[in-house]
Amino acid sequence: MSLVLLAIAIWVGAWAFNTWLANGRYAGRGAVRLAVPLIFGATVIVMWEIIVRGLSVPPVILPPPSRIVETLFGNLGILWPDFVQTFAKGALGGYLIGCAAALATAVLVDKFDFLRRGLLPVGNFMAALPIVGTAPILVMWFGFDWQSKAAVVIVMVFFPMLVNTVAGLRDTSAMERDLMRTYGSSYWQTLFKLRLPAALPFIFNGLKIATTLALIGAIVAEFFGSPTRGLGFRISTSVGALALDVVWAVIVVAALTGTAFYGAVAWLERRMTFWHPSQRK
Amino acid sequence: MKALGPILAVVAAIITLWYAAAVPMNIQEVLTQAERGGAVVDPEGAMTRRDVSRFALVLRNTEHLSESWSMERARLPAPHQVVKELWVSTWDEEVNGRRGIVKSGSLSNRSLIYHGSITLGATIIGFLIGSGLGILLAVGIVHSKTMDMSVMPWAIVSQTIPIVALAPMIIVVLYSIGVEGLLPKAVISAYLSFFPVVVGMVKGLRSPDAMQTDLLRTYGASKPQALWKLRLPASVPYLFASLKIGIAASLVGAIVGELPVQRGGLGARMLGGSYYGQTEQLWAALFFAAALAAILVWLIGWIERRTLRRMGVTP
Repeated sequence: MSLVLLAIAIWVGAWAFNTWLANGRYAGRGAVRLAVPLIFGATVIVMWEIIVRGLSVPPVILPPPSRIVETLFGNLGILWPDFVQTFAKGALGGYLIGCAAALATAVLVDKFDFLRRGLLPVGNFMAALPIVGTAPILVMWFGFDWQSKAAVVIVMVFFPMLVNTVAGLRDTSAMERDLMRTYGSSYWQTLFKLRLPAALPFIFNGLKIATTLALIGAIVAEFFGSPTRGLGFRISTSVGALALDVVWAVIVVAALTGTAFYGAVAWLERRMTFWHPSQRK
Repeated sequence: MKALGPILAVVAAIITLWYAAAVPMNIQEVLTQAERGGAVVDPEGAMTRRDVSRFALVLRNTEHLSESWSMERARLPAPHQVVKELWVSTWDEEVNGRRGIVKSGSLSNRSLIYHGSITLGATIIGFLIGSGLGILLAVGIVHSKTMDMSVMPWAIVSQTIPIVALAPMIIVVLYSIGVEGLLPKAVISAYLSFFPVVVGMVKGLRSPDAMQTDLLRTYGASKPQALWKLRLPASVPYLFASLKIGIAASLVGAIVGELPVQRGGLGARMLGGSYYGQTEQLWAALFFAAALAAILVWLIGWIERRTLRRMGVTP
């Protein structure tokens, strides 16, 4: 019980410290902006650890963070092939193919107004559907290995990417297009020199949405059948064996992967769309 | 009406493509069945045909192709088969079936309406919990700088995490402490709809510009007054945009939450269909889930239009 009181005391203390930081003189500084969420996150983890130990919660319900980290580093040999299977093969493969296909389709859709008026409402509709439900069908068609996971990812990222790119390709003003016409530039020149660069903020918006969808698709598809490796496979089998520390370790891996993937795309966006108002400092 | 033509054309093209794709997809099974029925198939024997490409098989056995669209347990059932399965497992099962609502007084456990209602219940409850908590947290974030600085970055980071991965564990953990049925699925739904609502609502509550907040300050308005009279009304368009994302995410959460514990629901139906090769059942469940998602999103859009019109935002 005293441990629980200690946890509450730590919470109150850290919160007071954060309040002091957030409302203090240096609130605008970069270091403080970084420190406050980190202190908050650290407090949550410390409280988790202390309360789980203090109330002696059984590890089949909630393992303490220290044990999760221990499991994570103890099982790197298992988790690495899982990561390669799910992320490098399934998610990334499907992501690249799906986004490229959506880009090509978007250029096509943009060229023909009839297609735009027909495909775009259908695409918008599809983007809202629980496409994850196609996973069992695609697993049945393409087998248990990463190909079926990549197929699920392709279907999942295609429509958000398509809708965003088509919206982006229309984001040029008449003046800019007229300028290109006075230069006597062809359709392809206008596309590559004006419209695709102008569409980049929208394209990156789609790419960023697609990063999360790609991981979700690859993991959920593994719940419907997979070879004996993969993050989704590890989650479903470890849950079955009540090895929750392994599940949490896999979730940590998935979370880090998702954040890093998103961060990489966001970094690329900053490098490529430095001219856009939203990226200016 | 002008917009309808192209959409119908695209939908017709998709259906045509589907019928065309069903031929090579099902050719192996079609030929096996034809050969069993005594017909001459080129080449003979299912094992030899396995190494021949599907398109070559189609071209060499054109006389058997009509079967492709009426196979049972086809790899790719034709659209009319899926529609028929949808009809059989909704209306027909409930009205004419022995277990249906007409004859037994309760929904049949074989019908999609029964499974859909299970999923829908979890989705709605989870969505209400998730978006309610999301709005509360957003209000807190806007009013407390500490909360803003400590919680908001995590809310944004959490959007990049495949949260669905938590679903099987939440189900099993809640099950082991005695919570089962609707609630675990609702927890996952709530969790998935929570973060989009938080992020959207914070944006919405901050949308009033300096002039508007200054005006309220000159009126001597208190913080709650500013919240009720300015911030909340201004956030409504943002709220509805994130509610639409939230309800779609909630439905996905409920479906995924039904995978580990096979106690009914569209997710259980899909997994069952994939285990037993009942592809028509699988496709019907998928379309039912899609229709459910479309209806839910449309419903929120309808409420949005009504609300915005009442508030005078749109004419």
